[in-house]
Amino acid sequence: MSTATTTPPAPPRHVPLSERPPGSGYRRFKDRAASVVLTGAMVLAMIPLVLIVFEVTRRGIGVVDLEFLTATEPPPRREGGGYAAGFFGTLYIMALAVVLSIPFGIATAVYIVEYGPNRLTGAIRFFTDVMTGIPSIFVGLFVYGLLVIGWGGLGFGTFTGAVAIAIMMLPIVTRSAEEMLRLVPDEIRNASYGLGARTWQTIVHTVLPAAAPGLVTGSMLAVARGIGETAPLLLTAFGTGLVVTSFQGEPQGAVPMQLYRGALQPFEAGIDRAWGAALCLFLLVLVFTIAARWIGSRASVSR
Amino acid sequence: MSTEAPEAPKAPDARRGTLQSGKGRLADPIFKWTVGVCGTVVLVILALMVVRTTAEAWPVFAKEGFFGFLLGEEWDSGRSRTEITGTYGAWPFIYGTLVTSAIALAIALPLSIMIAVYLTHLAPSRLAKPLSYTVELLAAVPSVIFGLWGLHWFLPHVLRPFFDRLEAAMGWFFLFEGPVRGVGYLPAGIVLGIMILPIMTAIIREVVAVQPLEQQMAAYALGSTRWEVVTKVVLPASFSGIVAATMLGLGRALGETIAVLMLIGGSQSWGGSLFDTGSSMASHIAATFGEAAPETRTGLMAIGVALFLVTMVVNILARVIVWRLGQITGDSAV
Repeated sequence: MSTATTTPPAPPRHVPLSERPPGSGYRRFKDRAASVVLTGAMVLAMIPLVLIVFEVTRRGIGVVDLEFLTATEPPPRREGGGYAAGFFGTLYIMALAVVLSIPFGIATAVYIVEYGPNRLTGAIRFFTDVMTGIPSIFVGLFVYGLLVIGWGGLGFGTFTGAVAIAIMMLPIVTRSAEEMLRLVPDEIRNASYGLGARTWQTIVHTVLPAAAPGLVTGSMLAVARGIGETAPLLLTAFGTGLVVTSFQGEPQGAVPMQLYRGALQPFEAGIDRAWGAALCLFLLVLVFTIAARWIGSRASVSR
Repeated sequence: MSTEAPEAPKAPDARRGTLQSGKGRLADPIFKWTVGVCGTVVLVILALMVVRTTAEAWPVFAKEGFFGFLLGEEWDSGRSRTEITGTYGAWPFIYGTLVTSAIALAIALPLSIMIAVYLTHLAPSRLAKPLSYTVELLAAVPSVIFGLWGLHWFLPHVLRPFFDRLEAAMGWFFLFEGPVRGVGYLPAGIVLGIMILPIMTAIIREVVAVQPLEQQMAAYALGSTRWEVVTKVVLPASFSGIVAATMLGLGRALGETIAVLMLIGGSQSWGGSLFDTGSSMASHIAATFGEAAPETRTGLMAIGVALFLVTMVVNILARVIVWRLGQITGDSAV
């Protein structure tokens, strides 16, 4: 302000290139605007997650108690009672599905990694990938056509439900197990061969133990996925409100099926119980997912 | 592994002599065959799926003709145990599946690209990890919970007021014609969009993250803004990955059952406003299967076969693209 007007204007202060704003004002504006929009999109995507967690917890927390876990459901109009039938059915079906899918999945991965690559393993890998995209309702239709009315004519039941869930879980187990087995370094295999072990001894005693945490991770993620499956069970286990212990032949219940039926009927008490079941299901999936990641992150062989 | 070390000889070859003898010499072939047979189980299951369901559905295809079945507009289920007496046209359900999937993609595609770019290029590094982790957690939520939440919270508290306003403003346009009923194509599509968002985001994020840094640095050196680097360098190079993610998301949307079933309303009409109720292929199967007569189950089986064919085509195309991309695993959330 105080400088006289007669002095020549000072040369512009040198600004290092790295500190100069890029481009023209318009381009800079576009850049800023885009950043704001992208951040907005991220926030927008987080909203449903927050809302779901919040709402499921809020509505479910008052419902879930010991009675909810141990009593069967009264008619939808009446308060109280719980999803014991569903919990028992889910436990039963999942136990069978784990037994059916995980050994097959891991054996498939062993074949792909240890005996491949060849034409057959290529085909198996490709169709395993494709299988992850099969609609769950179609798996239900298939098991219905094959086992419930087809060869066997087994009728609805625990086993048929478990087969459907196992088919949903199989590609997930296979894919993750395959990735984990590939991470086992060849030095370990060669060391085992060097000690005179046969191929099967190397795989069973060296490769699989080395990959074990990763295999557990994949299997648990598959279980987390299987627990929430509803559609295939509607066609294979059918659902029931009673605790059913038979292996096959009687309709079996499961939490997601009971939740679905509870949510669609018009009585407040039944809908409340559905929210409670949603909370339980959500916690189960969460526990399995987080535990799986935790075990995976502690693995000796990791990505 | 050091680079100059010669390739180690394959271990089994070096020990061939000892392997062929001894009392355990059968163990290896037996083990190999056991795991091999387990491996082919996948192929057997898939083959059985195709054969068994097609055989079950054959009477309906035989009566209506394949395209007659797909394009027939009337679904009038019969009650017979042995023969096909009703009329089976799957078009209303195919229409419902297409419309809800289109709405879902229209929501999820732009959002997932934006989120993927945000996570890889914009987010503070401390936030990026937990945020992508959370988005992937959204993929683990069972669809029945989305359905419950959509039906009993999202629809009455958010969508209903929004629809009323949309109808008031855009009601002259045939897609947004009233009356607003609550459940219908639009809410089902919106919730479906929320459901496929995490899967698509996970894949697009991986594709965007592996774009070579040198090109981006070069673009920055030429004076590009971040926006220009993203739109002119990163996204064009990620194009095929984005297509693959879209198709995987589409595959999910086409086959999703329970959430759609709870939100679409379950009528057998088609067309008209997005506020109308309808059915998707999967939701119609799940809704009516329990009470269906044997011949109607044959018809539902035929819908299942059609759905399977469509999702297979979409999925195989997506997988082929993903495989050609090579370096991404792409299924952290799938």
